[in-house]
Amino acid sequence: MVSLSPQSLPSADVSVDQLEHGSSPWHDAWMRLRKNRPAIVGAVVLIVITLLCIAGPWFSQSYREQDLQLVASAPSGAHWLGTDVLGRDLFARILFGGRISLMVGLVATVVALTIGVTYGAVAGFLGGKTDAVMMRIVDIIYALPFTIFVILLMVFMKGPAEHIDSWLRNTAHLDGWQGFGNILLLFAAIGAVEWLTMARIVRGQVLSIKRMEFIEAARALGYGRRRIIFRHIIPNVLGPIIVYATLTVPAVMLLEAFLSFLGLGVQPPMSSWGWLIKEGSEKMEEFWWLLVFPGGVFSLTLFSLNFLGDGLRDALDVRASKD
Amino acid sequence: MLRFIARRFLETIPVVLIIITATFFMLRFVPGGPFTAEKAVTPEILRNLEAHYGLNKPLFQQYTDYLVSLLHGDLGPSFKYSNRTVNEIIADKLPVSLELGSLSLVVALVIGIPLGVIAAIRRNSWIDYLCSSFAMIGICVPTFVLGPLLVLFFAIHLGWMNASGWYSPVDRVLPCLTLGCVYAAYLARLTRGGMLEVLSLDYIRTARAKGASETRVIFRHALRGGLLPVVTFLGPAIAGILTGSFVIETIFQIPGLGREFITSVFNRDYTLVLGTVMLYAGLIIVLNLAVDIAQVWLNPKLKFE
Repeated sequence: MVSLSPQSLPSADVSVDQLEHGSSPWHDAWMRLRKNRPAIVGAVVLIVITLLCIAGPWFSQSYREQDLQLVASAPSGAHWLGTDVLGRDLFARILFGGRISLMVGLVATVVALTIGVTYGAVAGFLGGKTDAVMMRIVDIIYALPFTIFVILLMVFMKGPAEHIDSWLRNTAHLDGWQGFGNILLLFAAIGAVEWLTMARIVRGQVLSIKRMEFIEAARALGYGRRRIIFRHIIPNVLGPIIVYATLTVPAVMLLEAFLSFLGLGVQPPMSSWGWLIKEGSEKMEEFWWLLVFPGGVFSLTLFSLNFLGDGLRDALDVRASKD
Repeated sequence: MLRFIARRFLETIPVVLIIITATFFMLRFVPGGPFTAEKAVTPEILRNLEAHYGLNKPLFQQYTDYLVSLLHGDLGPSFKYSNRTVNEIIADKLPVSLELGSLSLVVALVIGIPLGVIAAIRRNSWIDYLCSSFAMIGICVPTFVLGPLLVLFFAIHLGWMNASGWYSPVDRVLPCLTLGCVYAAYLARLTRGGMLEVLSLDYIRTARAKGASETRVIFRHALRGGLLPVVTFLGPAIAGILTGSFVIETIFQIPGLGREFITSVFNRDYTLVLGTVMLYAGLIIVLNLAVDIAQVWLNPKLKFE
């Protein structure tokens, strides 16, 4: 992997206090992570961007507000990052778009995580023929052009998305949520294809942990199956799950931006970073800032997530089975 | 080996059939047909259109009709481009996409592998750090940001080439560079990792001990094993380059199949969507098979199973 130099050596200055209490594996991992500068920088940048996206739209101009005096103006004191062709403040739009992009990244990852962990754990536990069939299915889906499936899913589920939209407008009386149906659709479509790697990883882990002696010991002590699963197996699989979840978020955000860029993802008046990049790339000949700033923020977020993911991988000492 | 290939092919048939069936039926349940966008179509004309394309028959019969014509190698008429068949459109557009894809793959291999090898040999040197940064940038700056930025700089600012189009050989440079760079980054990362692992193995030490030159050690002994992860990655890379062409062809206005596919999805051009999806799925499955074979060929420890 990248030479991030995983300084995985235990710290020499272990205090007596620590020795007496012992230190949990999670504490060890945290100590290792803390020494990994790129990962920490990534985490800090990520927190700043997230907070700005959450809180920013409360303070800055509305993402819809138009400044008709300054249409498509370059970055200035009044509009830090300039305005778009409709005179909307780009900074506000990036923050608002960030909400959607980050939310899609997070929620779709949770969807993928839920499916993948369940599927992988079941396959791993049951083993034998069931496992073989289940993993063969994963192999086959893996070999398919899944981006194409997401594109098709986005189109197939247009109807349900419009239903959700009209329900939000007419029954729930939520104004400003227009286009939310499409975002829900994105969660489902992306989650439906991104779970495969997770299933493979979890299944492999469960399979190897199942055979370990401490599980045997737990069984010998007469613990029930549920207790073994939740107290002994799941905590041991948690490390890889966390690492791959961190690495799935950027993958999902990339897919969302890809779809929005093609005009299949988030629809106006909602916007996401992918949508802003699409708009920017169409207008870049005259208004470079419309492309450079959204693209920059998006890349910075992906950078941070990847550095954090790599750092977590080193800290939790997860051996990548597939790369 | 032949048995392995035959078995994989047999396995592919139900998969492709499922893809066709699922795509076929799901497309029909989407609100709005291929003719809804056209303005002022009277009910009579609509009926005639539907009769012409066989859309008035029962759904299941349409499906079996489609499968039968498929067996004859006929992908049906396009619903949007009157008087053109899907076969014609694919024959027209696919070569462009294939050229874009294969050139991009060449770019990725030519940049990625040497960079990874050099980074592994000169570990922790400036070139290693350069390689790591390049890999990270390639992974974090998506094609739809990189592409427009390259256009902005080379085409608009410097004026060296056209911003879009697919006419002269110069027009190939930016699209292929954009698409290839991302995969070059992944390949450099994988090559570096693979080479580092192999270079620490005993047989490399043996080769050095018996006095083989460093060049020989690297090219004759290490490269074959070091490139294994690269070959494994080629499968996903090919799939990614194929789907990546959707975006690249949109950015650079290239008349390829990727852009056609996106347009057909928007247009609900049922037969064209089906034909393209099938083609892409088939292409990816076949290429994956080729990658699997190459893997066993490179690594005698693996066996065809």
